[in-house]
Amino acid sequence: MTIEIRAQQIRKRQNRRNAMKMAGRYCLAIGITLVFIFPVYWLFSISFKTPDEIFHHPPVWFPESIQFDNYGVLFKDGDAITVWNSLVIATVSTVFAMFLGTIAAYSLARFKTGGQHLGIWIISQRMLPPIVIVFPIFLLYVWLGWVDTYHGLIILYTAFNLPYVIWMMRGYMEDIPIELEESALVDGCSRWEVLWKVVLPLARSGIFATAVFTFVFAWNDFIFALILSRTEVTTFPVQVTHYFGGQSNFWAKIAAMSVLGTIPIFIAVAIMQRFLVRGISMGAVKG
Amino acid sequence: MARITITGLHKYYGNHHAVRGIDLDIPEGEFAVLVGPSGCGKSTLLRSIAGLESVNDGAIEIDGELVNDMRPRDRNLAMVFQNYALYPHMNVYENIAFGLRARKTPAGEIDKKVTDAAALLNLDLLLDRLPRQLSGGQRQRVAIGRAIVRDARLFLFDEPLSNLDAQLRDEMRGEIKRLHQEIRKTFLYVTHDQIEAMTMADRIVLMRDGIIEQQGPPLELFEKPTNKFVAGFLGSPSMNFIPSALVTEDGKVSVKFEDGTTLLLPEDRQSKYASQAERQIIFGIRPEHISRADGSDERVGVEKYQSVIDLVLPTGSRTYGTFHIGRTPVVAELQAHDVKGAGTALALLVDMNRAILIDPDTEIVI
Ligand SMILES: Nc1ncnc2c1ncn2[C@@H]1O[C@H](COP(=O)(O)OP(=O)(O)OP(=O)(O)O)[C@@H](O)[C@H]1O
Ligand SMILES: [Mg+2]
Repeated sequence: MTIEIRAQQIRKRQNRRNAMKMAGRYCLAIGITLVFIFPVYWLFSISFKTPDEIFHHPPVWFPESIQFDNYGVLFKDGDAITVWNSLVIATVSTVFAMFLGTIAAYSLARFKTGGQHLGIWIISQRMLPPIVIVFPIFLLYVWLGWVDTYHGLIILYTAFNLPYVIWMMRGYMEDIPIELEESALVDGCSRWEVLWKVVLPLARSGIFATAVFTFVFAWNDFIFALILSRTEVTTFPVQVTHYFGGQSNFWAKIAAMSVLGTIPIFIAVAIMQRFLVRGISMGAVKG
Repeated sequence: MARITITGLHKYYGNHHAVRGIDLDIPEGEFAVLVGPSGCGKSTLLRSIAGLESVNDGAIEIDGELVNDMRPRDRNLAMVFQNYALYPHMNVYENIAFGLRARKTPAGEIDKKVTDAAALLNLDLLLDRLPRQLSGGQRQRVAIGRAIVRDARLFLFDEPLSNLDAQLRDEMRGEIKRLHQEIRKTFLYVTHDQIEAMTMADRIVLMRDGIIEQQGPPLELFEKPTNKFVAGFLGSPSMNFIPSALVTEDGKVSVKFEDGTTLLLPEDRQSKYASQAERQIIFGIRPEHISRADGSDERVGVEKYQSVIDLVLPTGSRTYGTFHIGRTPVVAELQAHDVKGAGTALALLVDMNRAILIDPDTEIVI
């Protein structure tokens, strides 16, 4: 009997200690999260504030009422179209880069195309500082008449992202046991079927991760978009710069535009978390 | 159903000459086992037949048709890989059905074949599982199932049992052999386990360093090896090789060991070796052909040897004892009660009818 009571006491004490430890951890985690999330919150809150509230002193922590005027202006003036432009350009160029890059990566991974060093050579292209190639490209585009067009930017981002896609996908594909492909070949598949039915499903998480990064690069790019667009296909980062004026900054517009431009990135990260599960090829060969 | 004929096959990996001129003819419906030490080119030969490896020279024919440049899918054969190679993103059912789907088999037929194969291999309850949710033996059976549902003309197995524990391996050996008896197709089966080769094969093809050392029915290789390598490879424990000399005493040919003892060759082998007297040889004898002398049986051609056992190795069903002839350790198969322990002096009988004599230079059986 006494033993049981003692055991209960010990358990109780233990539980209390654990609870306090947990509480401490939560406090720390919440504190850190607040620090990092505050700028994001501030951005969102400004986008919903009236001009008075934005410049109010002391600062207004919580807007009186959520009002969408700042967004309304963007849509009325057509500024919001730049987010659409970015979306089209980033999406289409990502699809192209993923398609071409995946095929090229397969060739590199399985047929040793171009020998040992082609892979390094390709990825080195991606390491060039954009600023050193943007002016030659600008001249080329002027000559081709591609400045300020959708396809101009799409082709540019596709080309610029290809090395990255090839490099990443080659790595994922080399991790797939070659016996799986050989088995599929013997079972009656052609090379394309092997790629489609075996390699791509197994490289799925890699494909998503790579696609997200490719998309984010095109989405966030400023330098190419600044120089290669004018008025027709302005992308959202370039548009935001128009709000920084010599006299004053249009904070409301900057904030609202930034929010619009951030939402796709939230979605991209969510997708990535969903699909970034590794270890899918476990159990393919041996124990 | 297919006859497979290979002539003058060579395969290089860079500078490495992995297959060095293989000639092989396996008739329809035969169970041929490729066996040999690790790295001798068994997998390479199998992969060349499957079309996964291009060959540098020679011809591979299936049913008289040259297939050297044919794509794997067009050769219509099935292969079980050394490490299963199951598709990790498909469940057991889809894994087994994969080859059928790839060949556009009607859905109803696929379902029937997959369920039949699952029943045969005891996989009925596992059809919805993914490969990673299976044990090694279950994966193995899925890999075999994937091959047998295919209406292939030739079945290739690359060490399909190498990752299983001893008991499961015995079981699966039986399964595969039964399967062969049922479907009567040509099987080409790779292993480096000589017991597996002996138990399963219609024909053993014994390879070393990219060439075939000897091929034929298991018993033929076991009893009439043509060289020292074959003699030593088959059988467990392996054959004893004892350096000795052929001598003539009183007009009879005998084998003389390093320690000076001589054992007379049997009558029917006398004439064969008469001309070979006074040369060095390697005397080859299997442990099971050395037994304890019990005084009663003095069969023809069985010679007596006086030994001192220095090591006893009981295995349960059999007991092996080693002794030395000169500096060479020799293993004999004894009865459990024959020896008390190390140091027992024992008169042994050596069955000279079953001994082989090997040329020490060429290592060929004379
Ligand atoms: N892709 C390759 N590149 C270079 N050398 C290779 C390659 N594959 C095999 N080899 C070499 O060729 C020889 C034969 O290999 P193989 O795989 O056919 O042997 P194996 O008889 O199947 O051996 P194991 O019993 O270990 O499976 C070995 O010496 C091996 O090192
Ligand atoms: Mg092998």
